[in-house]
Amino acid sequence: MNINLTLIGQSIVFLFFIWFCWKFVWPPLLGVMREREQKIANGLADAEHAQKDLKLAKRKAAEQLKEAKDQAGEIIDGANKRANQIVDEAKQAALAEGERLKVAAKAEIDQEVNRAKEQLRSRVAALSVLGAEKILAVNIDARAQDDLIDKLAAEL
Amino acid sequence: MAGEAQTATAYIQHHLQNMTYGKLPAGYTRADGTVVSESTWTMAHSSQEAADMGFWALHVDTLGWSVGLGLIFCFLFARAAKKARVDKPTGFQSFVELVTEFIDKLVRETFPHRNTMVAPMALTIFVWVFLMNLMDLVPVDWLPQLAAKVSGNEHLFFKVVPTTDPNATLGMALAVFALMIFFSIREKGALGFIKELTLHPFHTGKWFFDILLIPVNFLLEAVSLIAKPISLGLRLFGNLYAGEMIFILIALVFGVGVLGFIGAGLMHMGWAIFHVLVITLQAFVFMVLSTVYMAMAHHRDDEHEHDQ
Repeated sequence: MNINLTLIGQSIVFLFFIWFCWKFVWPPLLGVMREREQKIANGLADAEHAQKDLKLAKRKAAEQLKEAKDQAGEIIDGANKRANQIVDEAKQAALAEGERLKVAAKAEIDQEVNRAKEQLRSRVAALSVLGAEKILAVNIDARAQDDLIDKLAAEL
Repeated sequence: MAGEAQTATAYIQHHLQNMTYGKLPAGYTRADGTVVSESTWTMAHSSQEAADMGFWALHVDTLGWSVGLGLIFCFLFARAAKKARVDKPTGFQSFVELVTEFIDKLVRETFPHRNTMVAPMALTIFVWVFLMNLMDLVPVDWLPQLAAKVSGNEHLFFKVVPTTDPNATLGMALAVFALMIFFSIREKGALGFIKELTLHPFHTGKWFFDILLIPVNFLLEAVSLIAKPISLGLRLFGNLYAGEMIFILIALVFGVGVLGFIGAGLMHMGWAIFHVLVITLQAFVFMVLSTVYMAMAHHRDDEHEHDQ
């Protein structure tokens, strides 16, 4: 318990350790810690930023989706309308064509009928002349009698 | 534990004696009766010899343990600092960072001035004093007995707790005191420091009164200044010395029969558990007070005139 040189020795040792800690322990340790703090702070800030971005992107995506849906709806409506229109037009065209065909056919039929009538008429005239020849037993000059025959035929 | 030949008093005294290396004057009669022909540097063989060596003696055990523990601190922390990585701190690095962060925060709170040395000083004090105090938890006979066995000298003095030696604690307090004076003068100039010692706390503003007040002020300020390191050193010493003393007394009880052995075991355990608190607290107090003293040394009175 005597006070002696140890006192001075201890002081010197103590100052040496403080100096050592000051030069070689504290700066690198604190440097690393501060750097990590900075890194964590940056990371958190980045995360927050990214979250904000994500939210924005989500909202934008939703908007775009909605827009796209609307557009698609419009397009489908337009297409439907157009389809109906085309069907209607086709129907109209078909009806008209049918009508036209019907008319043409009728005309042809009429023509045929007329032609058949004509033929029939000439045949009947010939038959009549022949019958009259036979009845008269004379050969009537067909040519001379043409007027008569034509009259007959016209009466048929 | 006390040997059969030893009395309790001798045991205690033996435990409280440092291993002393010092100078004996010429014509000194040593413990074994021999007379030193001329002044020599030698190991003290008795407490009386150690005392008679006066100031020119070293406590080898105190210095050895404190230097050894300090080197352990320096080595471990410097290695951790060197290996420290920003990413993924591993076990010991985390621990070192925890301590460092704790000290850094505390110093920031108590020391508002700019000085990069104070925080490392606080770290050194805290860890080093803690390690030295920690030696108190090693059962009091283990290391001295081991040292006696190794050296072959049964009466070897060997104190393992440096902080139970007033030289160690006062030495550290002295270093803190020196730093205080140094920073005071650096921050305020020699004149500022002298003014602080002589013109406070009593200050009238009239120079002829102030001159009359100088002796009173100086007496008050000098006492309060010198009381700082002394109280700082003695507080640590007193706490640890008392703790060590109680461990020694408990160790004595181990020899008193089976009941004594069990009782001493329980007492030792209880005191050790309590002492864990004491050693940490004392290391902490020493550190905080040193930091506060540094803050005082940096503190300028003219900045806060009305503080006083």
